[in-house]
This record gives sequence, structure tokens and C-alpha cells, in this order.
Amino acid sequence: MRLYVATRKGLFTIEPGRWTLGKPSFLGDPVTALVRQGDSVLAALNLGHFGVKVRRSDDGGETWNEVAAPAYPAKPEGAGDKTPWKLVQIWTLEAGGDSLWAGTIPGGLFRSQDRGESWTLVRSLWDRPERLEWFGGGYDHPGIHSVCIDPRDANAMTIAISCGGVWKSPDAGASWSLAGKGIYADFMPPERREDPNIQDVHRLVQCSAQPDVLWAQHHNGVFRSTDGGANWHDVKALAPSRFGFAVAVHPGDPQTAWFVPADKDERRVPLDGKLVVARTRDGGRSFELLRRGLPEAPAYDLVYRHGLAVDPTGNLLAMGSTTGGLWVSEDQGDSWRCVSAHLPPIYAVRFA
Amino acid sequence: MPRVVFTSHLQRHVACAESEVGGATVGAALEAVFRSQPQVRGYVLDDQGELRKHVFVFVDGRRAGLHDGVQAASAIHVLQALTGG
Repeated sequence: MRLYVATRKGLFTIEPGRWTLGKPSFLGDPVTALVRQGDSVLAALNLGHFGVKVRRSDDGGETWNEVAAPAYPAKPEGAGDKTPWKLVQIWTLEAGGDSLWAGTIPGGLFRSQDRGESWTLVRSLWDRPERLEWFGGGYDHPGIHSVCIDPRDANAMTIAISCGGVWKSPDAGASWSLAGKGIYADFMPPERREDPNIQDVHRLVQCSAQPDVLWAQHHNGVFRSTDGGANWHDVKALAPSRFGFAVAVHPGDPQTAWFVPADKDERRVPLDGKLVVARTRDGGRSFELLRRGLPEAPAYDLVYRHGLAVDPTGNLLAMGSTTGGLWVSEDQGDSWRCVSAHLPPIYAVRFA
Repeated sequence: MPRVVFTSHLQRHVACAESEVGGATVGAALEAVFRSQPQVRGYVLDDQGELRKHVFVFVDGRRAGLHDGVQAASAIHVLQALTGG
């Protein structure tokens, strides 16, 4: 198990315990997502000029080989679809069963059953008429940033889209239903406030031990579900702000989750320049603010969607910011250690 | 036959040898390159078969698109735009 840090300028690998930066892979190139599948690690690159690429390492990141990148099919003439059918970014990679899943901008989900050698667009979702109502959140086009695969059944998936709500599939993507009842967006016109198809869930995570519990950091606040994502209630106790991008849930305890609150959406920096992590241990009824080891104010570090991760024990946490700060905690967030304050902008941290 | 030359910035990511190929247009010449070097296609063209937004093609020193014509003695340079980095 290593900590991988995907940045604007390459992929950094860190051994837990020593917490020193290893030699970077892809130095100079944006790395947007990473996943382990068996003995392999796959990384998604987003080359500024030459497009999205996928590389696979079968030796723990020492060497990498190019595998296929997802590609959208030819766009039909007169489709009435304003979205370009062109891969902009792989926003998340996940593995479950024999499959790899790539959530992408502009909103397509791709599946690979041969370790990334080929990818297929999940047409059952892409062809839903509701997709035409999705819109971009943070990017020009909508995107799938969260793919939760039920540990009890790799065919059962819950995904989240900015901005397209929460969707569930019971059959490995063969069919889909729009979930997310109870999630609301106060910034929308009143008629659309509770429309599940336009919700801007920033990040969705699932508790491994109790997969019916999901947590969502949404543009408008924090929501929690205890029935697999069908129904949600809002978590109002989070301070100092309910705005943020990242959430992590303890893999063994559905009551425990971490957030990195930011000043609400007009600013998107830590409130008063104070970087804090908020932790609940009671399902969101109350929160502790954790600051030990984090920088003194002013610190304008923003932690983006995939910038907060917990390891399978639930003890190790990692947090990376868009201004290149990287912190780890070995005690569930009680205290933090700065690994580096000078990395390139961090897109994703992951124990894998 | 037209000569196709790739920027060294692309050669950092994927093997793409300079080659002389047939073809009356930029697109046809590139297709000829991709037939012998299929790994290059996705770096130059996007999902819809269009030139990537941040890839430029010059034919004999002039900006060109896939449908522009080339001469037998033309040099086709494929390079990264200065946007997109």
C-alpha cells in the first residue's frame, strides 16, 4: 500500500511511515486519476496538447506502458446534443470485479474488462434523455467524478455527476435509475431546487463495511444516505462552512467522515485563511475541527474533490491542495504532518 | 511524396518517426502515417477524427487543416500549439 499523489506536473509516490517523496513519474504531465487493479496500477494523464492517455504499471510504478484511452463514438448528425462527444478528462478511475470504470468529462462512463487494453462507452447511461439536462460544474461540460462499487456486489454501482445528480445501476451499468431524493440546490430556481437530475454533488463516497451508507459533499452542503443513495438527509452541523469539495468516510465506521470546509462558493478558500479538517464520529450530528499540524493562517489551500483520502484501516489520511500542500495523518486526523508545501497543484491523493 | 515531421514534444510521449507518405491532403497524408504508426493517431486527432484543439499543422510553413492540399514535395509539420500547455 502506497500513497499516490496525482498532480498538475506528474505522479508522486510515497511510502507510508517514511513519508518522503519518491521519484516522480510523468514529470511535467498532468495526472488526473489513479487506481489499483490487482497487481497493476493505472494512471490517467491529460496531456495539454495531445489528449487524454492511460498508462499502466505492472511493477508498482517503476515502469509504465501505454494502454488504450477511452474514446467517444462518432457523434450522430442532428442529435440535438450541445455536448461535444470528445474526451476532455478522466475524472475518476475505479476497479471492481473484473472491470475498470472511468468517469469522464463530458459525462460518459467507460468500462474496460481487459485491464485498460480497450474501453466501451456505457451507452445505457450516455443515451438517457436526462443527460441533455446535465451541465458543467467547474468545467465547461458535465463530468462523472465519483464511482462507488458496492463491496458486496461489484455489479451494484452508485455514481455522481457534476452537475447531473446521483445515479444507480444494479447490473454493472446495463440499466440506470436516477437517485438522490432529498438532495437540494438552493442556488437553482425554485422549480428545479430538488430536481435530482441537476444536483451538483461534488464528491460521493461509500462506507466499505456498511455500503448502504453514502456521504456526499454537494455544492450546497453535505448530505448522507443510509439506504444506498435512494433517500438523503442534509447534514447541517458542519462548521465553519458547509461548502467544500472533498469527503472521506471511514471504511469500517459509517458514522465517521471527514470534510475540508471552504468559504462558500463565491470564494473557495479556507474561511479566514484557516485550513481545517472537520470530522464527525456520530453520523453528522456533530463535528470536531482538526488543525494540529496544519499551517497557521493565512493558508489559502483548497482541497479539491479527490484531494482527501483514507486508507483501508481508517487510520491513515492524506490531504493535498491545489496550491501544492500535502499532509498526512496517522491518527484519523487528530494531528497532521506536512509532507511538502511545494508540490505542483494536487488533483488527487489515493492509497493504493 | 509529402514528408511528415512530428514535433519532439510529441516524440517524448509516443514513438512517431518522420516519414514520406502518399496523399493529396493533410488528412490523407496523416492517415497514411497512422496506417504504419497507429499509436500516433490519438495524439494528433480527437475522438471525432478532427485535429486536436491544441495541435497545429503547417504545410510548407503555412497553417493548414486536414482538408488542405499538399504537394509531392511538401513538408507537413505537426506541432503543439502554444495554447494548451
